[in-house]
Amino acid sequence: MTSHRDGDAIGRSVLRKEDEPLLRGSACFVDDLHLPGAAHAAVVRSPHAHARIARIDPAAARKAPGVFDVVVASDISERVRIPMRMHSKPELEPYLQPPLARGVVRYSGEPVAVVVAESRYAAEDAAQLMSIEYEPLEPVLDGPGALSGDAPVLFEETGSNMAAQIEIVDGDIGEAFSRAELVVEEVIECQRHASVPLEPRGLAAEVDERTGRLVLWGAAKIVHLNRRILSRLLGWPLERVRLIELHVGGGFGARGEFYPEDYLVPFCAIRLGRPVKWTADRDEDLRSTNHSREQHHRIALALGADGEFLALRDTVTFNTGAYVRTHGTVVASMTAGLLPGPYRWGAYECRIRQVLTNKTPAGTYRSPGRYEANLARERMIDIGARRLGLDPVEVRRRNLVPLDAMPHRSGTHIDGKPVEYDSGDYPRLLDEALDLFDHDEVAAWRAADPGPRRRRGMGAAYFVEKSGIANWDYARVELNSEGRAVVHVGSASIGQGVETVLAQICADGLGMGYDEVDEVRHGDTDEVPDGMGSFGSRATAIAGSAVLRAAEALRQRIIAAAAELLEASEGDLEIADGDVVARGSPSRSVSLAELYQAAQPVRALAASTDPWLKEEAYFHVGSMTFPYGVHLAAVEIDIETGAVEIERYAVAYDVGRAVNPLLIRGQIVGGAAQGMGGALLEEMAYGADGQHVSSSFMDYLIPTASEVPPLRVRVTEDAPTPLNPLGAKGAGEGGTAAAGAVLANAVSDALGSEATSLPLTPERVLTLARASRDARPSRPSRSRS
Amino acid sequence: MSTHTITLTVNGREHTEEVEARLTLADLLRERLDLTATHLGCEHGVCGACTVLLDGKPARSCLTLAVQAEGAKIRTLEGLADPEGELHPVQQGFWEKHGMQCGFCTPGIVMSVVELLERDPDPSDDEIAATLGGHLCRCTGYVKIREAVREAVRLRSGSHSPQEIRR
Repeated sequence: MTSHRDGDAIGRSVLRKEDEPLLRGSACFVDDLHLPGAAHAAVVRSPHAHARIARIDPAAARKAPGVFDVVVASDISERVRIPMRMHSKPELEPYLQPPLARGVVRYSGEPVAVVVAESRYAAEDAAQLMSIEYEPLEPVLDGPGALSGDAPVLFEETGSNMAAQIEIVDGDIGEAFSRAELVVEEVIECQRHASVPLEPRGLAAEVDERTGRLVLWGAAKIVHLNRRILSRLLGWPLERVRLIELHVGGGFGARGEFYPEDYLVPFCAIRLGRPVKWTADRDEDLRSTNHSREQHHRIALALGADGEFLALRDTVTFNTGAYVRTHGTVVASMTAGLLPGPYRWGAYECRIRQVLTNKTPAGTYRSPGRYEANLARERMIDIGARRLGLDPVEVRRRNLVPLDAMPHRSGTHIDGKPVEYDSGDYPRLLDEALDLFDHDEVAAWRAADPGPRRRRGMGAAYFVEKSGIANWDYARVELNSEGRAVVHVGSASIGQGVETVLAQICADGLGMGYDEVDEVRHGDTDEVPDGMGSFGSRATAIAGSAVLRAAEALRQRIIAAAAELLEASEGDLEIADGDVVARGSPSRSVSLAELYQAAQPVRALAASTDPWLKEEAYFHVGSMTFPYGVHLAAVEIDIETGAVEIERYAVAYDVGRAVNPLLIRGQIVGGAAQGMGGALLEEMAYGADGQHVSSSFMDYLIPTASEVPPLRVRVTEDAPTPLNPLGAKGAGEGGTAAAGAVLANAVSDALGSEATSLPLTPERVLTLARASRDARPSRPSRSRS
Repeated sequence: MSTHTITLTVNGREHTEEVEARLTLADLLRERLDLTATHLGCEHGVCGACTVLLDGKPARSCLTLAVQAEGAKIRTLEGLADPEGELHPVQQGFWEKHGMQCGFCTPGIVMSVVELLERDPDPSDDEIAATLGGHLCRCTGYVKIREAVREAVRLRSGSHSPQEIRR
């Protein structure tokens, strides 16, 4: 590693602290944890999308070789329901999921029983012997269809599949539409797809014999929040429940939420009195872990003659699946709150209906609610611009919120709080993006003849992201006996590089070198008193600010302690290479390790100073911050096979302040690859009977190295947020946010036919190509009106 | 269920194990020998996280039965570098080029790349693409993985690490 000055770690692309154990194979993911005497659980899942459970007979499974226990719904208190942790609404309570289905199963894959045995093999063998009689009911799968009067109802108690509605109205929508030069209205659909981290979910639980405390390994993302939920559901005091995050194989929204198994595995361990471990296989992971993204938009734009955005009106149906999970209305409120994007609208109206169906419950997936909203809005802008005979990029530019309008209230709100874009130079980033893309070169490429069977197109999509949802976090920074820094923080590591980034921030706060930050510890409720975790691009902005505050305070303590020891004035001292030295007289110095010794209670108390060199800080902020970005794509399509090749892809993203540009670029590229998967490949598909037909990696296609092209990425820092001391806005989701939108726009441009649903599979592309030929038989597709 | 006695060499060490016919090689490595670097991402042979080298060739250890490895020489990620020793050039390349994020798929990819570079020290872009095409990574978008492989080629050609000489 290259050496560097102390205090300049922020902004440098240092190598990650996380990598060595991962590369050597010494990392411990939850399935790598071998607890002595552990039993293994297999979850018995419903094979039906919708059915009454007539009878469950576990007798044969109980007698199978190696079986210790079988748990069915009647073993669990009827009151246990997995609660909402965010954006909760009382009207959603009836739709919360019990750990095991009670009386009715509502999706294929719903847990019905748990078999616990001496090995995973024995548990899965015995699970086959469970005798369960189902009386199948008619399933309802389509979001809008679930609201029709004759649709089967999932919950008889409420008699309706409508879980929640959100409505935002700003301005006089009727007046705006009445004076429009052009009104465009379409149905735009985003398909059900999902986070799909590569490590399947898993958990291991044990009641510590000595202390009687429950330990649960394999928690992720929101360890402290889940501890509260588990403690409440078990009726155990918080202090008797410990959650430990191990290495985590990707999060992306889905992993780390509280699922039925997060209750069942500890429940089985307590009941059995021995450790219990559970690891999902890929089929059950794809059928049980949160899906996302399934939205149906009936959206209309009112445009002036020069492309002015007079109004946006959208009625959205969000298919939330069979139960309301931990996020409550997060996805819906994110769609409604951020649908306006980076533009000024004369009037705005968005109605979202969160609808129950017999599919796997839905939750968040990287850029939740925005990937879908950006698709709908940015598609409509292209459609409108084309009909007006205007350049879609220029139409966007004309309507961007200008720099002098910042901060800008968009007229929407999220969970009751008004959305206020805190900072941003939107026109400037558009120029940056076009420059990065080499827009003129691409335009010339697009205009050239690709041959009779091929079509070329390009597209743009602009978006506003959000960062720092859930508005506080905790950090403690201390010196260890070697005089190196140790951070304890409420964040979680899901593979994003949080240890590295927080170590960089800590180093600068202390005025020490990055390499002198020994450890960033997180994810163990015994080691970190509280925290909010890692989601919604929050760790750098929120926890990073807490780390900075704690590190700066510790620096003051260190300098003060050294000043006393060296009999120097604080202003003359600085930290350099593990010592505190007096400027100009390097012989007067004390090592940080010596300061650690001097801060031991026996010496510190004798000197009437506080023992230990450690400082805690909480950071709290009232609102989210709003990073923003542009995706640009050029595609070439083979109209005989329907294959879409991405010729060029560029992302420009303003993150306010880039703590580690290398890692941010990694986030953007990885996020974009996921977004491309959603645009072209991925679909959680269901048969008419409600069977999930894409529950293997043969059927659910995530992008491989062959599908992801090289990307052009520009990370800018034009608009630091005033809302935290770092100026950082978070960078986890911008790579994904507009990938569906931009590829749909580019494909539509290439084919001269408007794509209105994803994924753009060869079949769908061929349908679009045919529609274009049929519409304009004399001139194939190239005209832009 | 019938059991079989098998002997195999893993990372240079010989093991004799009594196994059920249905035990997978991955489970043998992970559960019996505690070599947990080999990960299970799909258990149906698509994701490639469980890739090990079986007599020098990449093999999906989730689809390979332990009994099929009778007499075989197996190499896993744990065998590439001594616990405290210098990293193998492929490992080093992945570190320096940010070729990983969560690191769950990394062991399988690294093993495939090790095999590729032993077969061809200076592979073409197409060969690299073909090797990576057998693996799923959900974090990186593969761009930095391709750079990591190139870096590994460079590091390997520079000097042979002690691990390579030993082998």
